[in-house]
Amino acid sequence: MIFLAKITIGLKEGMLDPEALAIRHALGNLGFATEELRTKKLFLVRFDAADAREAEEKAKGMCERLLANPVIHHFEVEVHR
Amino acid sequence: MRFAVIQFGGSNCDRDAHYVLSDICGVDCDLVWYKDRLSRSYDAVILPGGFSYGDYLRAGAIAARTPVMKEVIAHADEGGLVLGICNGAQILAESGLVPGVFTINAYPKFICRSVHLRVEATDSPFTSLYKSGDVLRIPIAHKEGRYVIPEDQLAELNARGQIAFRFCDESGNLTPDSNPNGAVEHITGILNKNRNVLAMMPHPERASEEILSSDDGKKVFLSMISHIEHAKGVTC
Repeated sequence: MIFLAKITIGLKEGMLDPEALAIRHALGNLGFATEELRTKKLFLVRFDAADAREAEEKAKGMCERLLANPVIHHFEVEVHR
Repeated sequence: MRFAVIQFGGSNCDRDAHYVLSDICGVDCDLVWYKDRLSRSYDAVILPGGFSYGDYLRAGAIAARTPVMKEVIAHADEGGLVLGICNGAQILAESGLVPGVFTINAYPKFICRSVHLRVEATDSPFTSLYKSGDVLRIPIAHKEGRYVIPEDQLAELNARGQIAFRFCDESGNLTPDSNPNGAVEHITGILNKNRNVLAMMPHPERASEEILSSDDGKKVFLSMISHIEHAKGVTC
């Protein structure tokens, strides 16, 4: 079965996000007052798996072995058929 | 004695490192394309600076997962020396050969200029010819060089004396202005536990000749050569 995994990688709570600070500053220059801005990366990955559980495990494996760096990142995985 | 400088697609300091080792230090050094792997035994492996794989995903992340890196890890596990410079340092952190990670600078722009470093640990194959507290002037050139490590591991690094270099001012003081990328505790040179792997963001190969305004980095390479000579039982 082909599954689509939506993998979201973000910085752990409390980690400095310099890009987000710069973007928030630029939004401020355009007149958009913001309380908070965080950046995340979204990966859409399509692959074969026997069932949803295996698909989720594979997607988590991708995060643990490459897509995220456990020192600074956390990740969220959603799988869809 | 033989060194290898590994070239990844996007490496751009490979020839500088090769030049310093072969022409200035006078040791045998091979440029090794990463797909050709480590086909012979080497005393030391250099991972040079550059932008391997365009810094896609995270700087060093993809190069760290190439087959040649399994061989570099095996070389390190057997006690061989590994020096990662700039992108090479990012690759070492991504591959787990040194703890922590080099991530985007606190002020998120590319910084390319000479900075001052304070030598911390001198009981390593990379720093033995320096004196603790020596202040070096060496260039940096990176956007993802801010060293980050969880607090418990940071305490361990300090306790084990695994910090080789910290950013400082010209007198060796750790002032806020002398930390160009916002690295934790100004750290920019990290040894592994066995002290045979060094990851450093500054470029010693760009500061190994007076004509380039500083040869303060040359002793990194000379220390490695001296270590290898002693290990081989050769007096120099």
